[in-house]
Amino acid sequence: MSTHAPTERIYVFKRFERFWHWSQALLIITLMLTGFEVHGSYALFGFERAVDIHTVAAWSLVTLWVFAIFWHITTGEWKQYIPTFDKVGAMARYYLTGIFTNAPHPFKQTVVRKHNPLQRLAYLSFWLMMSPLIWFSGWFYLFHDRWVDWGVDAYLSLEWVAFFHTLGAFMILIFFIAHVYLTTTGHTVTSHIRAMLTGWEEVEK
Amino acid sequence: MIPIRDWLARLGLFMALALPGLACAATDAAPAEPAKAATKPAGSATTADHAKFEALRKPFASGPEVTRACLSCHTEAARQVHKTKHWTWEFLNPETSQRLGKKNVINNFCTAVPSNYAFCTACHVGYGWKDQNFDFGAEANVDCLVCHDTTGTYRKIPGLAGHPTYKDMEFPPGSGRIAKAPDLTRIAQRVGKTSRTTCGACHFYGGGGDAVKHGDLDSSLTQPGKYLDIHMAKDGLNFSCGTCHMTTGHEVPGSRYAVTVEKSEAGRAHMRGRDDGNPATCQACHGNKPHEGRQAARLNAHAVKLACQTCHIPEYARAQPTKMMWDWSTAGKLDKDGKPFKLKDAAGHDAYDSKKGDFRYESNVIPEYVWFNGKVDYTLRETRLDPDQVVRINRFDGGPDDGKSKVWPIKRFVGKQPYDVGNNQLLVFNTWGQNDTAFWTNFNWDKAIEHGMREIGAEFSGQYAFVSTEMSWPITHMVAPKADALACKQCHTAPGRLDAVPGLHIPGRHANPLLDRIGWSLAGLTLLGVIAHGAGRVYMNRKRGNRQ
Repeated sequence: MSTHAPTERIYVFKRFERFWHWSQALLIITLMLTGFEVHGSYALFGFERAVDIHTVAAWSLVTLWVFAIFWHITTGEWKQYIPTFDKVGAMARYYLTGIFTNAPHPFKQTVVRKHNPLQRLAYLSFWLMMSPLIWFSGWFYLFHDRWVDWGVDAYLSLEWVAFFHTLGAFMILIFFIAHVYLTTTGHTVTSHIRAMLTGWEEVEK
Repeated sequence: MIPIRDWLARLGLFMALALPGLACAATDAAPAEPAKAATKPAGSATTADHAKFEALRKPFASGPEVTRACLSCHTEAARQVHKTKHWTWEFLNPETSQRLGKKNVINNFCTAVPSNYAFCTACHVGYGWKDQNFDFGAEANVDCLVCHDTTGTYRKIPGLAGHPTYKDMEFPPGSGRIAKAPDLTRIAQRVGKTSRTTCGACHFYGGGGDAVKHGDLDSSLTQPGKYLDIHMAKDGLNFSCGTCHMTTGHEVPGSRYAVTVEKSEAGRAHMRGRDDGNPATCQACHGNKPHEGRQAARLNAHAVKLACQTCHIPEYARAQPTKMMWDWSTAGKLDKDGKPFKLKDAAGHDAYDSKKGDFRYESNVIPEYVWFNGKVDYTLRETRLDPDQVVRINRFDGGPDDGKSKVWPIKRFVGKQPYDVGNNQLLVFNTWGQNDTAFWTNFNWDKAIEHGMREIGAEFSGQYAFVSTEMSWPITHMVAPKADALACKQCHTAPGRLDAVPGLHIPGRHANPLLDRIGWSLAGLTLLGVIAHGAGRVYMNRKRGNRQ
């Protein structure tokens, strides 16, 4: 919220990354909206259409992820998610107190370190916990009719597959709420969002 | 004369082949002597014209006389019929070892046949079953015409022990309506395949009247539209009953005493011609993976646990109301002149009849749904019952985990009927007859029960009361067009159609309530947290701005 510190502009998010982020955002919002309708939380599209849209969006996201994983591996960008506990305490303190008193941001964002330590942990948990949970449960949910062919029908029940899928969905929903809010905690309220749109982030020198 | 007749025959044949709609007109235009060419049903490819058979070109005084003529060519027919349930009214269930069939079962409609034979056997494929001494071995007692009449004029009258009337008579007695004696020669010369009319003459009227018993079988199926029955629709596939109940050697498959549930096995379809299974199932033609299009895989997966009927017969009694309740305990009330009377409900259906008690009819009924593996257990006359419980006349066996069951739609028919207070058993009673014990004659339960029990040689304690009973009927006819099948939302919602069926996880219907509570709470707290956090930032920023 400070406008006093001297700033510079750095190119953080490349074109594919931005495309990936926004199409993924759209698909995840769609999946949440339709998913919780299928879950029975409300009526919006109608059950049958919600199932259809959910299925198409899921396959679209799978496709997108194939490209995204390829991109991360080939560009080495996967290293951005290597966890570090360095300055985690400082980041947490910043969000709890410093942000209110206009204290300096404890993390200096650069092109090779574009995520702060808390972000790294959050995104890593998204990649390693929420994603596998939602994908594996979703896969078995979607292919319920193939369980017998796959020989897994004795070990799985739809009730528990649905449970874990819903659990993953709630985790992603909570992640989503926090994530959207934290976009406003940049140098200015909109600087993170602008960076995600244009690629250029305004950071304190 | 003969050349003209030949010419007429050719004309008739031409009409029948090329102008089926005009075949009747050709008959009407024919000279007084019946035109033989028109005796074959329009469009029939049969190679035999029964009107040309010498054995049938004579007057017949009775049904058995016609049968003897039939058997002079169809030498094995009677012996085939003798083996069937249509003849024996008996079925030994190999799975439960219970002796069933109309002869043995006490249901909660008209209850029991013994002591009422001459009335009930109007729906027996035979002649002369008026008491226990009926000769089941007599070939001439087989009634060929009741199934093979194509004229629609052959009618068996209740009370005549399976015979039609041989001279015009008033029926029902006192109604002023005259039942005409059928022209047996004309009927015999025009015999043909069974039809919706012949099967329906009994099966549409089970339980004592049109649409009473089944809910999915009634006279509306004689001329159904597509909405009522996509297979039998006159303007559609135009199936007869025998198209599905494909009969071999007079043995009609598809009995509800031993229902084929067809638990699907991966890749195996019970197809006609490839399997010795029951042809009267959906799968016999449609296979185990019947769905096509976008949702095929998902719908076929549903078909592993759901009977086809569950989605494709969304309601029964869609053309006319069916009886849902029959309370015999109120039967026997008489009006101030001491006469039996009838009452109608607001919709004009029978609500009370002194002969039968109270009724309730319903239309467009949503079925109940149960797990069903094809096994049915009956409460037989011998079975001891608990009068404090609703007695289940039959019980559909099955469950979610037996690997054989599917979810089936059923009609649950409830009622009250007499039972023996001393022996805790269902009672047989004399309903109809010329004797003074018949309930419909003198409205005296003691006499009616005493006579009925004596008839079957069973013990009666002398004390009777009325017990609540229920009976399940599989819903399997009146398949609707696919556009009218159940939509997802009818089960995938709360409350939903399958709420009473255990062992199912239905997305949109069943969710883990604890997970939901925790999940939504945490999401809500997160939202509140970020709003509070944001508000704090705005507040502090303003405060700083004011200070500067």
